[in-house]
Amino acid sequence: MPENELVEGFGLDEYQYGFVDEEAHVFRTRPGLDEDIVRQISKHKDEPEWMLEFRLKALKIYESKPMPNWGGNLSDLEATLDEIYFYVKPQDQMERSWDDVPDNIKNTFEKLGIPEAEQKLLAGVGAQYESEMVYHSLKEEWSSKGVIFDSIEDGLKNHPELFREHFATVVPTADNKFAALNSAVWSGGSFVYIPKGVELETPLQAYFRVNQERMGQFERTLIILDEGAHAHYIEGCTAPVYSTDSFHSGVIEIILKQDSRFRYTTIQNWSNNMYNLVTQRAVVEQNATMEWLDGNLGSKLTMKYPSCYLVGEGAHGEIMSIAYASDGQHQDTGGKVVHVAPNTTSSIISKSISKGSGRSSYRGLCKVYEGATNARSNVECDALLINETSRTDTYPYIEIEEKSASVGHEATVSKVGDAQLFYLMSRGLSQEEAMALIVRGFIEPIAKELPLEYAVELNRLIELEMEGSVG
Amino acid sequence: MSDTPILTITGLRAKVADEDIDILTGLDLTLQPGEIHAIMGPNGSGKSTLAKVLAGHPDYEVTAGEIVFQGTSIHDLEPDERARAGVFLAFQYPAEVPGVSIANFLRAALQARLEKDEEVDLFDFQDLLLERMELLDMDPSFAERPVNDGFSGGEKKRNEILQMAVLRPALALMDETDSGLDIDALQIVAHGVNTLRAENPEMTILLITHYQRLLNYIKPDVVHVMVNGRIVRSGGPEVALELEEQGYADWKTQEVVPA
Repeated sequence: MPENELVEGFGLDEYQYGFVDEEAHVFRTRPGLDEDIVRQISKHKDEPEWMLEFRLKALKIYESKPMPNWGGNLSDLEATLDEIYFYVKPQDQMERSWDDVPDNIKNTFEKLGIPEAEQKLLAGVGAQYESEMVYHSLKEEWSSKGVIFDSIEDGLKNHPELFREHFATVVPTADNKFAALNSAVWSGGSFVYIPKGVELETPLQAYFRVNQERMGQFERTLIILDEGAHAHYIEGCTAPVYSTDSFHSGVIEIILKQDSRFRYTTIQNWSNNMYNLVTQRAVVEQNATMEWLDGNLGSKLTMKYPSCYLVGEGAHGEIMSIAYASDGQHQDTGGKVVHVAPNTTSSIISKSISKGSGRSSYRGLCKVYEGATNARSNVECDALLINETSRTDTYPYIEIEEKSASVGHEATVSKVGDAQLFYLMSRGLSQEEAMALIVRGFIEPIAKELPLEYAVELNRLIELEMEGSVG
Repeated sequence: MSDTPILTITGLRAKVADEDIDILTGLDLTLQPGEIHAIMGPNGSGKSTLAKVLAGHPDYEVTAGEIVFQGTSIHDLEPDERARAGVFLAFQYPAEVPGVSIANFLRAALQARLEKDEEVDLFDFQDLLLERMELLDMDPSFAERPVNDGFSGGEKKRNEILQMAVLRPALALMDETDSGLDIDALQIVAHGVNTLRAENPEMTILLITHYQRLLNYIKPDVVHVMVNGRIVRSGGPEVALELEEQGYADWKTQEVVPA
């Protein structure tokens, strides 16, 4: 395989976590994808027959579906997919304690601040390194409450019935081409079950990291909240900078039973050669509340629309997202809310920032089925343009079949104004500091929802992004 | 009074960057430390342009003359460099910055005055902010509001005074601070300025105003009359009273006939 080449000429504006560890994998498939590769993945994971069948069927569906011709530019993707490794297994077994984690992997985590995060009571760290969970801890009290926070592989092994009952019920294999791809080659991700009435106050936290050049990452996460359960799951991603295209296509499935409440927080900061095509969806039952808090930075192209299917009466879905498109990047993001049951409510708040030649698109669907009486939905999408060359588009799709439904949509586009800049500079802030402050203010309604250390990290990333935005 | 002026303007000519005609047409002005000067003049005389040019607004271009602040020409300094050197412009129309609290804004402004490796101490800053707000009889919750977002005219001007109180400039330029204020708001703002001045008698103030009424509350040492881009008369507070009685009409007429 080619040498790892770091992209030249980037300041921190480009990518902060562009360090590369020496690769230490035990097994990986050859590049490209066919039935044999899928069989190898399943064999290596020692999976039951039904999962192999599931994967093979998914592969056929993937092959039969055309590339999407909407959203971002996927014309180079086909060639990329022929060259990537669909499965890389860095270690043979799961690690339980931090001391057992190999040093080079530990170094990576340390650069990402994982141990500190844990020290700060962010218990339950499950960190994904390449394609497997290598480090995983779970507070004992949670175990005693019956909470399951496992790698997806262990979920399948240790809780086969619970797993099979829910797996691929929220995102069916044939949902879209990349959901089918993920279904064929998925590896890594989390399996979470929160039992009836259990309320977790400390967030469950996973950190994802893609380290190997040309490696696709296909994490699969399945989260089940039983009746009345409350939890918050935090996932953050960083990837190092490589010169060839990389690919990430995850599937996140969440099931919220009656009266449960869940928040899924993601801050993704991919290197800017990454295709990031993710399907994340929640099915929300009676009087349950689902909240997606989604931050997308970096990547070459992100296509990601967190969804809430409100299937039970009184269900509530909320999608809050921030997208930051820098030079050469396209963030095609938004959200989908589907009202199926009466008295369901939803809100989408989307904030996008485009800098330089960056492009952000809001793409959202609000669908209200007949019979979803008194459904209410509100969509607000705001775009901020930093430079003259920056671009933003809005694609709201609204489909209402129910007369008593009430749906609101509001979109704004603003430019960083000269008057604002002069005002802030006349107080001593440099032009870059002034820009960063304006951007921070713009995303504040969403950033304030983040856990403190994530909000701080996000602000820092934005300050770094603003360097070189002037002139 | 000290012999070294804090601000010396000589023969200043300036225009809007992409236009041809000078708005300031040879302006001379000298301010000694601790003095309060008022510049009065009719609409279109160039008063606000002077304030913006002094603060370094990028829309304006100096075509001739010199501005020397604390002994150094500030011609080549960016607005933020001038601010850090001690120039403060209280805006006639302050911009709104949604999502940024006044406290965070001020912290960023103080941070910008420090070296790269220094950081504003959060607790010291809180203490300073509370102390400054108490001095100005302001409710601490005011600092948690987003900068000028949804503020009334009076609130915007009070915010300017609070920033002045925290940043403690050597030279405060107050551009039509009285415009759009009712008498109560005007008194509050004037009280704030007087309090800061009493605390720091070295602070120099240049008041730019259309009306005499602000000068009932902030007493100037010198009053200048500005017409057609230059100072046409300077004197004591009595000049303001004359203007109040006679208006600007005489000065305009006089300007038509070159002296």
